[in-house]
Amino acid sequence: MSKRFLSGDEAFAEGIRLAKPDVISAYPITPQTIVVERLSEMVEDGSLKSEFIHVESEHSALSCAMGASAAGVRAFTATSSQGLLYMAECLTYASGGRFPIVMMNANRSTALPWNIYGDQRDSLSLLDSGWIQAYAENAQESLDLALMSYYIAENERVSTPFMVNLDGFIVTHTYEEVDVPDVSLAEKYLPPYQTENKLDLDSPKNMAFSAGPEHNYIFKYKEHRAMLDAVPVIDEAEKKFAEIFGRKYTGLIETYLTEDADYVLITLGSIAGLCRETADKLRSEGKKAGVVRIRYMRPFPAEELAEALKNAKAAAVLEKDISFGSEGTVYTNVNSALFKNGILLPVYNFIGGLGGRNISAGDIENIYETMQTGSSEKVKFIGIEADQK
Amino acid sequence: MTEILWLGRGGQGAFTAAKLLGAAYAAKGEDFHALAFPSFGPERRGAPVRAFTKLDGKPILDRSETEKADYIIILDETLYNDGLCSLLKEGGKILINSKTSTGENIIAFDGNALAAELKLPTANTVMLGTLSAVSGTVSAEEINFAVDNYMPERIREKNKLAIGRAIEGALK
Repeated sequence: MSKRFLSGDEAFAEGIRLAKPDVISAYPITPQTIVVERLSEMVEDGSLKSEFIHVESEHSALSCAMGASAAGVRAFTATSSQGLLYMAECLTYASGGRFPIVMMNANRSTALPWNIYGDQRDSLSLLDSGWIQAYAENAQESLDLALMSYYIAENERVSTPFMVNLDGFIVTHTYEEVDVPDVSLAEKYLPPYQTENKLDLDSPKNMAFSAGPEHNYIFKYKEHRAMLDAVPVIDEAEKKFAEIFGRKYTGLIETYLTEDADYVLITLGSIAGLCRETADKLRSEGKKAGVVRIRYMRPFPAEELAEALKNAKAAAVLEKDISFGSEGTVYTNVNSALFKNGILLPVYNFIGGLGGRNISAGDIENIYETMQTGSSEKVKFIGIEADQK
Repeated sequence: MTEILWLGRGGQGAFTAAKLLGAAYAAKGEDFHALAFPSFGPERRGAPVRAFTKLDGKPILDRSETEKADYIIILDETLYNDGLCSLLKEGGKILINSKTSTGENIIAFDGNALAAELKLPTANTVMLGTLSAVSGTVSAEEINFAVDNYMPERIREKNKLAIGRAIEGALK
């Protein structure tokens, strides 16, 4: 292992070099990030033996990755923001076709107004597309997810594409220390991709066919089951990862001081670190604060959240997303999970960080304050005062 | 936590210097942690840009832009204004690439002259050397390690020379 000073994009590219995809397809124009530039350099210098295919759009990038996966090889692509939205049609093709492609998405705002800064509206608007969705907090977790994502996606029971989300700029463009594992360890961790789900002259089969009302629902049910079956596979992937690389991950959620917490802040992505730091500060003042970081939005951690919140007095969801006319999508998912599991407590929603707007430690302290004092208004926009409404 | 704010114009290498400082500090050992990032957004040559380095003995969880800095390093003196002093922490210092200092907590170093002498197009590594001399957060050897690992080979020697000369010059 070697310690290097890398951005989230570069760390992810290192992880992909270790995962050795046979085909990388990408459209290199904004809002794409430099993850694919680094990969193209690795292919050029021979340290990554992949076919790198420049395509003419994000729609084609994912179509190309599907073609590769249908030929039975490991495929990778990356995108961001409008690029992801342009791919949307292909997302359900990839999941319905059960192609275990890995895609890195740099979480960036969606137009209009045009903005390339970070928020999570791009990926959260596509939760129903049948892809596993993970959210990294930092560059190290990004690299580690690049490896684990293939392990999970390619498991025979799962066979589902995997989207790894990195907060735009805050993770993708920020440099920090990263352990880059040895290739020999990566080989020990991730076996070569083998599948029956491929075009094969010796064993011809029908792929990407149509299915009418008589059978269609069975395919959809199986997709749903496969996503739920990813839960124990994520656990297995992390256990094996810890054995080989020595770094531990905690499944669908990561909890911090929640055991005895009265007030729990639920969030995802890179802001979680500042939330934990704020919880520490409040603890030193005698307030029982805790944090849950959602690592996977799909499959969704319903039971895990209910368990983490069973003793809390109030909770709040902080997210960089709004479903216009309703509330934040993470909040909707969290409330459903809690209600379904009989955990009834006041839960607030804080919408922040849209279009890259900074979320400060003070903003986070205010969220805990609201949990403690209570409020009739459940959904709040950070930075919008009552007189601006 | 030690926080450094770099001010320059697009193309002057403010972010490269921010990154080299972070890499040099992180290479000290297990208990040395650093974050380096550019001001977020589209990049434009010639436009004012900011970059940030955060250094600490424990992993850095606050990834937001620095509001109060221990050091502000100005690569282009036309970017100076008196308001910058309000962005300093108590006892903080401004290091400016300029012939003249305009205040007691402002240290001037003529980085352009040294860069020109060494035929470097920009004074970013010169000012990094100056910071090393003034702050002691990283040594010349540690910065050279970062240069060797994160700069293109053809410009390494020249930049290492610049760093060494800047440290000597600033210590005088």
